[in-house]
Amino acid sequence: MTGFGWLQAVIFFAIVLAVTKPLGTYMARVFEGERTWLTPVLAPLEKVIYRLCGVRDAEEMSWYAYALSMLAFSLIGLAYLYVLLRTQKWLPFNPQHVDNMSPDLAWNTAVSFTTNTNWQFYSGETAMSYLSQMAGLAWHNFVSAAVGIAIAVAVVRGLVRTNVKTLGNFWVDLTRCSLYVLLPTSIVLGLFLVWQGVPQNLHAYQAVHSIEGFAQTITGGPMGSQEVIKELGTNGGGFVNANSASPNENPTPLTNFVEMLLIFSLGAGLTYMYGKMVKDTRQGWAIFSAMAILFVAGFAVAYWAEAAGNPIVHQIGAAGGNLEGKECRFGVAASAFFATVTTDTSCGAVNSMHDSFTALGGLVPLVNMQLGEIVFGGVGSGLYGMIVFVVLTVFIAGLMVGRTPEYLGKKVERREVQFAILAALVTPVLCLVPTAIAAVLPAGLATLGNNGPHGFSEILYGFTSTNANNGSAFAGLGPNLFYNLLTGVNMMFGRFAVAIPALALAGALAGKKAIPESSGTFTTHSAIFVALLIGVIVIVGALTFLPADSLGPIVEHLLMLRGKLF
Amino acid sequence: MIRHLGTSVRVTAFSIVLLGLIYPLAMTGLAQALFPRQANGSLIAVDGKLVGSSIIGQLWTKPRYFHGRPSAAGKGYDPTATGGTNLGPTSKKLIDATRKTIAALRAENPDAMGPPPMDLVTSSGSGIDPDISPESAYWQAPRVAKARGSTVASVNALIAKQVRGRTFGFLGEPRVNVLEINLALDGVKPQ
Repeated sequence: MTGFGWLQAVIFFAIVLAVTKPLGTYMARVFEGERTWLTPVLAPLEKVIYRLCGVRDAEEMSWYAYALSMLAFSLIGLAYLYVLLRTQKWLPFNPQHVDNMSPDLAWNTAVSFTTNTNWQFYSGETAMSYLSQMAGLAWHNFVSAAVGIAIAVAVVRGLVRTNVKTLGNFWVDLTRCSLYVLLPTSIVLGLFLVWQGVPQNLHAYQAVHSIEGFAQTITGGPMGSQEVIKELGTNGGGFVNANSASPNENPTPLTNFVEMLLIFSLGAGLTYMYGKMVKDTRQGWAIFSAMAILFVAGFAVAYWAEAAGNPIVHQIGAAGGNLEGKECRFGVAASAFFATVTTDTSCGAVNSMHDSFTALGGLVPLVNMQLGEIVFGGVGSGLYGMIVFVVLTVFIAGLMVGRTPEYLGKKVERREVQFAILAALVTPVLCLVPTAIAAVLPAGLATLGNNGPHGFSEILYGFTSTNANNGSAFAGLGPNLFYNLLTGVNMMFGRFAVAIPALALAGALAGKKAIPESSGTFTTHSAIFVALLIGVIVIVGALTFLPADSLGPIVEHLLMLRGKLF
Repeated sequence: MIRHLGTSVRVTAFSIVLLGLIYPLAMTGLAQALFPRQANGSLIAVDGKLVGSSIIGQLWTKPRYFHGRPSAAGKGYDPTATGGTNLGPTSKKLIDATRKTIAALRAENPDAMGPPPMDLVTSSGSGIDPDISPESAYWQAPRVAKARGSTVASVNALIAKQVRGRTFGFLGEPRVNVLEINLALDGVKPQ
């Protein structure tokens, strides 16, 4: 580990901290329908959209109508992307003459982008037309992120409101998020990425001949416009197979830094927006603190493990930290850092190959996802996932002192806890059960890229990532019919089986009356609460996943130290 | 539900036009106007012929040039098949390959000092890493100097000129762009 490595982390965190309040304030204004500095430009466009689309923007929705609209929109988007991928060969913007995708792979990809997962069983440079990239994948990058944020906003409204049945209007939240938050940022920072070297063109790939006479095909395409929303919306689906490890998507240390900031900034800002909307910013900072502590802990372990390197490689005569699957311009520190950032959130973009991390270095991204992507998290999904844990923590604290648990002046009762438990159970069940099935089926073992415990880690990572809607991979795991179908189902449940209980929880809370704070009220913005919240997250995560993780990365670490090969 | 579906179809259609077509096409127009070199792939031409891209690594085999890292992209440095080996730390395949790479490096660089730096024996994540570490450049300097009949000191001086430091003094790692240093070795001015 070097001072520079830590300095990058410290400055990164300082910037995240600095943008949290302005971004949160801005988003709170956007979602409460107040004027922002972009209103003069965007309000007319917003009105046109509502009129053309038949949105009654003044209409409020119950949690049920909100969830139905969200499901209907996701379903249409899923069907649309499936058809686009199955017909791209005949459509415009296809200078490479890319063929249509197979049905099972198109299904997997369509679910993947609809659910904000961006798990990729295809290679973008050869399997996607420019039209599919722009109007299919990048479009989903915008709207799936906006859907996530919309749900989070609705959940927050459920906590704030009293004695009502409604949580806002899904179409308005979706539109405002896309127009006021995602689009302007993408335009400005997308151009920044192009300035740094990310291609943005529509012509066919360019043939070149190197000085030594080797032929090479230089890829291109509308990459900059997609790269920016891929990070900002915590989508993570690369334009090319190597994702942000590719110098096309991530050409310089500065783009790397900005991409990481893009991944983290909205998630961080949402915590402040939360505090602002519940009229107590301390509540937002409490959640921010819990996230920050888990984030730093993860980075420290990953950085240490990768800097220490692979002792087996040291024995055969090469010195230094682990650079297998890493780029020179990023090195060990910025790669371990990106891996932590991308799995704390549900982004899943990678600037290095997680499959080639040391055993413990690879355990960090895995655990980050298993905790439920609540460390800043996916845009929106991180906040509502964290609120589920907050409700559980309040409930457990209430049990410990023998009082009816309350949160933000609302009694937390049976129904709320049931919905919270339901949401919290989705991750472990959908991660562990399919892993166990895959580990005993020939089809599940057929496409592994590694043997021994690392092969098991590939399966576990695959199902963890898809169900957490992350999308990063131990990419040695290859596609086949079994994985295309099963991970598709897994992504679907990972998204909607958390979002719908979270909305139901919000609906239940919105209908409650506020009770005044008393001397017995458990404060939820204190250091004790933050510690308790982290405790609940870690204990739930550890109790659930430690056995599985022991069979993968942990046993591999012990064997790596003994020089055992598979 | 029918109403939700109707609205969904309309919002989907409208947002595809705005976010899926107008946005990327307008960005392409802006990028082509503002940053045409980068937007078109940072291509490098020598004597009017395209020889590569300054951001994409290439395969180098002759002793008179600096070599890049091992590549898992296609048959090596293929930008249409980017990716790493995806082999884990206890992979026999990985360790065998690394052992071979080290042996080959040692044979090609008999006068090199010390063990080969880690980036020269590991495959990058993209398979098209354009850079090597400064240590790896200095490590290869004796071979390059010998093949060119020049002195190690003069090659080292060129490396020192070509090293790109950390951005703003703290971001990323110091590095040497292999294509650019090889063009400089040949004394060619890229266009």
